[in-house]
Amino acid sequence: MKKVEAIIREERLEAVKKALEEKSYYGMTVSEVSGRGKQKGITLQWRVGEYRVDLLPKLKIELVVLDEDVLPVIDAIMMNARTGDTGDGKIFIMPVETVVRVRTGDRNEAAI
Amino acid sequence: MPVNTGDTAWLLISAALVMLMTPGLALFYGGMVRRKNILSTIMMSFACLGLVGLLWVLYGYSLAFGTDHGGVIGGFNFLGLMNVGQEPSAVYATTVPQLAYMIYQAMFAIIAVALFTGAIVERVKFGAILVFSALWLTIVYIPITHWVWGSGGWLAKLGLLDFAGGTVIHINAGVSALALVILLGRRRGFPQDSMEPNNIPMVVLGAALLWFGWFGFNAGSALTADGLASSAFVVTNTAAAAAAFTWMMISWVHKRPTILGTVTGAIAGLATVTPAAGYITPLAAIPIGVAATIVCYYSMLFFKTKLGFDDSLDVFAVHGVGGILGTLSVGIFATLSVNSAGADGLLAGNAMQLFKQLIGVVSVGGFAFFATLGIGKLVDKTIGLRVGQVEETVGLDISQHGERAYGGFLR
Repeated sequence: MKKVEAIIREERLEAVKKALEEKSYYGMTVSEVSGRGKQKGITLQWRVGEYRVDLLPKLKIELVVLDEDVLPVIDAIMMNARTGDTGDGKIFIMPVETVVRVRTGDRNEAAI
Repeated sequence: MPVNTGDTAWLLISAALVMLMTPGLALFYGGMVRRKNILSTIMMSFACLGLVGLLWVLYGYSLAFGTDHGGVIGGFNFLGLMNVGQEPSAVYATTVPQLAYMIYQAMFAIIAVALFTGAIVERVKFGAILVFSALWLTIVYIPITHWVWGSGGWLAKLGLLDFAGGTVIHINAGVSALALVILLGRRRGFPQDSMEPNNIPMVVLGAALLWFGWFGFNAGSALTADGLASSAFVVTNTAAAAAAFTWMMISWVHKRPTILGTVTGAIAGLATVTPAAGYITPLAAIPIGVAATIVCYYSMLFFKTKLGFDDSLDVFAVHGVGGILGTLSVGIFATLSVNSAGADGLLAGNAMQLFKQLIGVVSVGGFAFFATLGIGKLVDKTIGLRVGQVEETVGLDISQHGERAYGGFLR
């Protein structure tokens, strides 16, 4: 089992969600996060002059899938989160030791 | 004189309108600070409704409007509202119950104190600012009010024209704000950290309440429900419109038309036209509004960016500078055709009036600045004006008030 953690642009969420849904990946957790990468932030205006915001709002999608599903999930996210400009985000894959479904107590594959 | 019911109704409504400006100011200021200091910023304004609302009734009105002593201060004859009743006063607002005039003036005192707090948000100790506010009301605001509006006040006798408080409220609070900034110093992290406003819609709501309340402030200052009140109403709205529009265009020229800039322009226009509202024609409000924005915009840039003063919410640049500009503009644009109790200004051939206005600016500004420095120093030495490093870093909402603006996971 692997956890896929993807940082994406806020405005790409619907497309990414839809693509994952089409491949039957429903479960996910989405959170609002701030971060920075090569995009380096944007400039906003104050009453006079400007100021720099170097941590930008992004969304973090987390889902846990079977090992063989990792590649199609990465594909779905990449295809739909990409605009080609800096700030498109990143995907991290990490191993998961145990999964427990709270309602039933099911473990691992049965709980995904 | 007998009580005029129309005038009384208008003055009481105006008092209520001006009351609403203080919570409006609280939201206007509260939206511009960082998230950890919203409540503390709001509280510094709102607390004035409690503090000044009491002191004004107990002795404030008496010392400002009681029997004159040497042109500098009123007397004790209205202490605890003694002799202030349902009959009109013989000298102030002679067609409405004196109680109505007293409570109208109370609202001015409340917002004057609330105004300067915007300069020192995010670092001032609440207890200290409360004590400072009581002292400032007594030693600075009350005498200046007497000078300008009190019967026998020396600036009133000199012929200074201040319709609704350009000197009494705006120069006074604006210059005092500057003195406090000098005493307190900058916020930690200023100017290198970006101190992003937490809620601009809240700033806009506050500005809207201020603009709305300002009709009571300026048109109410006619003290009568008549043509003069109507004229001041139109002048006020026209100046606010011209100033808001100008600020929007300046920020557009620099990059994009910001809403924060547009509402700031409106407030600058309103503050600037305050002393002039009942002495000038509606069309004269246009150059005053445009000038208000241009002058306030560039003073803000100059004080903050060039000089590095952390007048956090630009109280001096908007109210101090706007008040000075507005008070001088009375000396230029005033005309007897609008208000026979006023005077002609420079454009109507009376250069002397501009000189009188200048004396008003210098004496009120000078007194407010040095008296505030003195009182501030005293409070700093005894209580300490500034919170400690940890309290400032954690934020004043938690460290001063034990509350936070937005709590809990369940929304």
